[in-house]
Parts: sequence; structure tokens; C-alpha cells
Amino acid sequence: MMFDIVGKRLWFFLISGVVILIGVTSLATFGLKAGIEFSSGSMMTVGFEQEVDQAGLRKELASLGYANVIIQSVGEDEFLIRLPELSGGAKTELEAGLAARFGTLEVREFDIVSPMVAAETAQNAAIAVAIAAIGILLYITWAFHRMPNPFHYGTCAIVALVHDTLVAVGAFSILGGLLDWEINLMFVTGILAVIGYSVNNTVVVFDRIRENLTKDAKSGFEVVVNNSLVETLSRSLNTSLTTLFMVGALLLFVGPSIQNFAVVLLIGIIAGTYSSLCIAPQLLVVWKKGRRGKAGER
Amino acid sequence: MPRRNTQVFIVALIIFALAACVVLPVEEGLLGKRGIRLGLDLQGGIHIVYRADLSSLEPGERDGAMDGVKEILGNRINPMGVTEPLIQRQGSDRIVVELPGLSITDKEKERLSRVAILEFGELAAEDEEAKWENELGRWKPATAIIDGEEKVLTSRYFRENTYIAPGDFGRIELHFEWDEEGAQLSKEITSRLIKKPLGIFEGDNALLGEDGRPIAPTVQAVIVDRGVITGLSLNEVTSLSQQLNAGRLPVPLEIIYDQTVSPILGSDFVDMSVKAGLIGIVIVMLFMIFYYRLSGVLASLALVFYGTLVMALFKLIPVTLTLAGLGGFILSIGMAVDANVLIFERMKEEIRAGRTLGAAIEAGFNRAWTAIRDSNVTTFIVCGILYWLGGSIVASAPVMGFALTLFIGVAVSMFTAIVVTRTLLRLFVGTPLAQRTRLFSPHLGRK
Repeated sequence: MMFDIVGKRLWFFLISGVVILIGVTSLATFGLKAGIEFSSGSMMTVGFEQEVDQAGLRKELASLGYANVIIQSVGEDEFLIRLPELSGGAKTELEAGLAARFGTLEVREFDIVSPMVAAETAQNAAIAVAIAAIGILLYITWAFHRMPNPFHYGTCAIVALVHDTLVAVGAFSILGGLLDWEINLMFVTGILAVIGYSVNNTVVVFDRIRENLTKDAKSGFEVVVNNSLVETLSRSLNTSLTTLFMVGALLLFVGPSIQNFAVVLLIGIIAGTYSSLCIAPQLLVVWKKGRRGKAGER
Repeated sequence: MPRRNTQVFIVALIIFALAACVVLPVEEGLLGKRGIRLGLDLQGGIHIVYRADLSSLEPGERDGAMDGVKEILGNRINPMGVTEPLIQRQGSDRIVVELPGLSITDKEKERLSRVAILEFGELAAEDEEAKWENELGRWKPATAIIDGEEKVLTSRYFRENTYIAPGDFGRIELHFEWDEEGAQLSKEITSRLIKKPLGIFEGDNALLGEDGRPIAPTVQAVIVDRGVITGLSLNEVTSLSQQLNAGRLPVPLEIIYDQTVSPILGSDFVDMSVKAGLIGIVIVMLFMIFYYRLSGVLASLALVFYGTLVMALFKLIPVTLTLAGLGGFILSIGMAVDANVLIFERMKEEIRAGRTLGAAIEAGFNRAWTAIRDSNVTTFIVCGILYWLGGSIVASAPVMGFALTLFIGVAVSMFTAIVVTRTLLRLFVGTPLAQRTRLFSPHLGRK
């Protein structure tokens, strides 16, 4: 046997367990920070001609009556400021106030979301995630109905999916707690893309296990699973790598505006590749072992 | 088989050539004569959603009022010279306005949705309730009783012939004329207010003059038929006179969503995305060639085909590209390779099992097909749901753009991997190169 992947399953479960525990702890402590799309308010991207530091900007904003706003540096002398809902007049005043202190500025982007629209968006995003979950479940039921033990395979694929989602959401909770990162529509879009990707990977691995079970009648279940993993390993890694190259390029060259989305994908793809190799098939083995002795099934 | 393959190859080449003619040059393709349509976040512009306050109207009047609002907004936007403005009703009480490529000041934005009704006021007594308060005092609406009914003096009684004229000291005057009822009201009120100020208000605020002070002329004589307002700036008086004449909104509007992107930022996004896409593609190609050798070269050619075809579809459908849409496209490039990877890995196994290149290609494609199909279904499900989500919310562009470009990307990638890569690989079957299977599947010696 070239690699013994299955034999190390306890380590894999331990690693996942620790990562998810950290994420869940962070979720319980910090929760997730909702961006304006979900919680209403205003967002302003301002670029200054002169050198401006974040602390100075924070102080000036406080003196203009906007204390405790979230400020993120998104480029050279460029900042993203998260404000309460601003009317046109208040925005003009704020701009004038900042210009008086820091010189010429340019408002590159300005968004207002009213509470009504925010509530609507949050509700529909939640519905979309729920429908996606149902759709994926139906798909898994269909994709695995020809497997020897559809319920086992389906459940393990769902566990892998939940695993990947928890890792990505947990990571965002930590980023929110430490760096004030907020979740927005692009985050939800990224999570849904990750869910699709995760199931996709697991299906390819399970497909191979099914095929090998029919081809190789002699070896035990554990050996067949391990062989299947070794056979699909280079496919799983290569596909993830090519996708990660593109996501990495997005993150490096497009930057903050798409940062949420790219980081969710980055974490989700890594977690998805890991879970399709180290979690879902291993769970299958554990489940089977637990039932050993009841019947000679495979 | 080889002959049929040559035919498929030629057809694929023709499709590629046609697609290339649609795509290049980028601004206006040789075929189709279209540029790529960019969303507001990429070309800059304004996306506002207004909600109309319909509470003052009977249910039966509301629909007509909304159509009126839409028409008036159109009349106000047209003179701005926007190339493709979009003004659209949404639901029962919303109006979406999209002005691509434009940057307007906050003042202009405010004027866009002003109701344009002027109310006249008089100073309130100590014990009276005031509607407005400013540096000149406390004001209440100026009213008079006509036919036993108390009525407020507003610009609703203006005839639609308001005009601007130069006045004394180079000041600009706004001339208006009262209609029959307005004339009666005005006569009653101004005869009561001789030597007293008459305040002019719009909404909750006083109408401000060029000097920034509220306009409140002192009544010199009884005003019956026509009046003059002085002190406004030229800019203000021009838009106001137009709006008073024909452009009064039937109901007040409230901004519930507003996204304004400066055109400079938008073009930065496009440059950065193109850079990210190109660098990403080159890295993916190098990786594929490094790992799969000659097969990798063919996959890279298929990737060029893929990119061109997707861009051509974006232009032809046409897809409005947003930043998220570009993200979806760039992501789909990474995913597009997946089908090739699945196939090449299969081929490797088949060659390892002792098959010839030709047999390995066919077996590789046939066996990989179920995995390719199944694994893309999840992506299609997610795209469908995201598209629905995008359609159901106000900030629809990013989510819908992503869903659409990812869907097109994945669908086309299945086609290029199965048709293009296979056709290219088959071209080598029967040539001397086919004997050297290591060229197509390296790392054979490991097992």
C-alpha cells in the first residue's frame, strides 16, 4: 500500500474537531458581524490625496459625531467606513468635515441600505441557503441511490458538507472578532459555492469507492476505501490547486471589494478537499466497522 | 474514427474562429459589433431604489400615481444626458433608477427625488403651534377660508407657466401665476400680511436663497394674480421652475437603497480583474503542462478555447458583467480544468493497465463522464438558487451576475473538456508520438 490514509483517520478527526471547536467557540463569543446589506446603514469608501492614518481618521470621525464606526484600510490612503444610515445632507456635511481636516478627498463608493431592504435581504438569503440545503440533499439522495448503502454514503457526504460550512463560518467569526470583517451577500454566495464544491468532491471520491467495491471482491472495505482515496488523490489535489490558483489571483489582484468572497472560497475549498479525503470516507469506514459482525455486508 | 475526428476538429476550429471574431476587438467585436456590457459597479454609476409614500392615496389611485412618478423621474433624468438610464417600477410602491457611468453630486441626487411643492407660511403667534422653525422665527402654514373651508397656500395653485426672468441688480426672478382658487387665497392672505414676512418652504425646510438664508419676502402689496420669488441661485431656479411646471411628484419618495460607485473605481476593478484572470490562467496552464506534459498543453489550448467561447457568450447573450460576475468567471476557469483533470487521471490509469493511447483516451473519457456530470450538477443547483435569490432582493446585481457567469462557465467547460480536449488528443492517435505514452501521462513509473 502506497499511503495508508484510512489508518490515520483518528488524527484527521482530531484535527477537524479542534478546528471546528475553535470556530464554534468564536461563533459563541463573537458571533458573526452583519454588514449593511443585512443590518442596514451606510458604507463609504474614501480616498485621500494626502497621507492619512487610520487612528487620525477615527479621531476626526469621532469629533464629527461618528464615534465607534468601523474603519478598514483598503489601499493607500483609502478607507472603508461603516456608518449609520446617512441622509444626503449628513453625507455632504461629513465629507466637508473630513475635507477640512485631511484635504481633498474622493468618495469612491457610497452605499445606503434602509432597515426595510436589509430585513428583506437577510430573509431571502436565509431562504436561499435553506433551499440550497434541500436541493443538495435531494441531489445526494439521487446520486447515492445506486450505492450499496445509500443512507451511509449520503449521511457521510452531509457531515462533510456541514464540516466545510462550519470551518468557513467559524473562520469568518474569528476574522470578524479580530479584524471587524463583516458578512455580506458575497459571503453567502461564497458559502453556497463552497457547499456545491464540497459535495462535488465527495461525490467523485464515493463514486470511485463504489466502482472499486464491484471490481475488487477480495479486499476488505478498509483496503478498498484506501485504494480509492489513493487513486483519486491526485485528481482531488490538482483540481483544488487549479481552483485555488484562480481564487488566489482574485484575492491578490482585485483586493478588498471581493475579499469576503475570495477568502470564503479559499477556506472552503481547502476544507472541502480535506473533508472529501480525510473525513467523509473515513466516517464510512468507522460506521462500517461499528456494524461489523452483524452481517458480512460491504 | 480518425476521419470523423478531423471533421469535429474542423468544426471546433470554426466555432473558435467565430467566437474570437465576436470577442475581438474587445470594444466592438468583428462579429456582433458589441462590447462587453459592464454592470454599475464596474463602469461606475448610481443605483437607487425609492419607496413611494402612498398612504395619502386611495388604493385605486396608487397604481396610476406610481406610473406618474416613473414618468416624472424620466423627465428629470433625460436632460442629464445619461446613455442608458433605467427607470423601472418594482413591486407596488418601489421605483428603481439606474444611471450607469454617471457621477452626480448629492445636491443633484436630492433634486431628483424632490416632490417640488412649495408651501407658504406666516409667523406663528407665541401660543400657536409651529410647523417650521428657523433663524427668522416660528412659522405656521399660511391659510385662508374659502367657501367655508380652510385651505393652505401652496404651489399646487400655480398655473403651469412659471418662468425665469432677469430682475434688478442681476438677480434672477422666478415668476408664477395663481390659478382661480389660488388667486382668491393669495388675496385673502396677502392683504392680512401687508408689511409682514411670507415664508416659503419645501417639505420640512425653508427654501434657501443663493446666500444660504431662508427666503421670506416682506409683503408690500396685496398679491392677486401673479407673484415673483427672488434670491434663488440660477441652478436652483432653473430646476425648480421646470419641476413646478410639469414635474411635480404626486407622492413623496424615500431612498431605501442607494449604491453610488465612482467611474474611476469601476475601471480600476476591470483592470484588476483582467490582471487576476490572466495571471491565474497562466499559472493554471503552467501547472497543467508541468503535471500532464503534452496532455497539459492540449488542456491549455482547450482553456484558451474555453475562455474565448465564454467571453463570446457574455457578449452575445448579453451578460451584464459585475465584479462578482467576473469573480464567478475567474473561479469557473479553475473549475473548468477539473473535467480535464478527471479525464487525464483516468487515462493515466488506463495506460498503466497496458492500453494503447487510443484505447486509453476513449476509456478515460467514457469512465470520467459520470463523475464530470454528477459533480457539476451541484454547481448548477447552487447557480439556480443564487439566481433566484438575486432576483428577489434589491441588491440583485452581484449575486445574479455570479450565478450566471458561473453557470455559463461550468456548462461551457463540460463542452470544451469533452469535445475539444478529446478531439485534440485523438489527433495524436496513429502518429509516432502515440507510442511514447509518457508524453501524455507522466509519473507512470511510480506504481
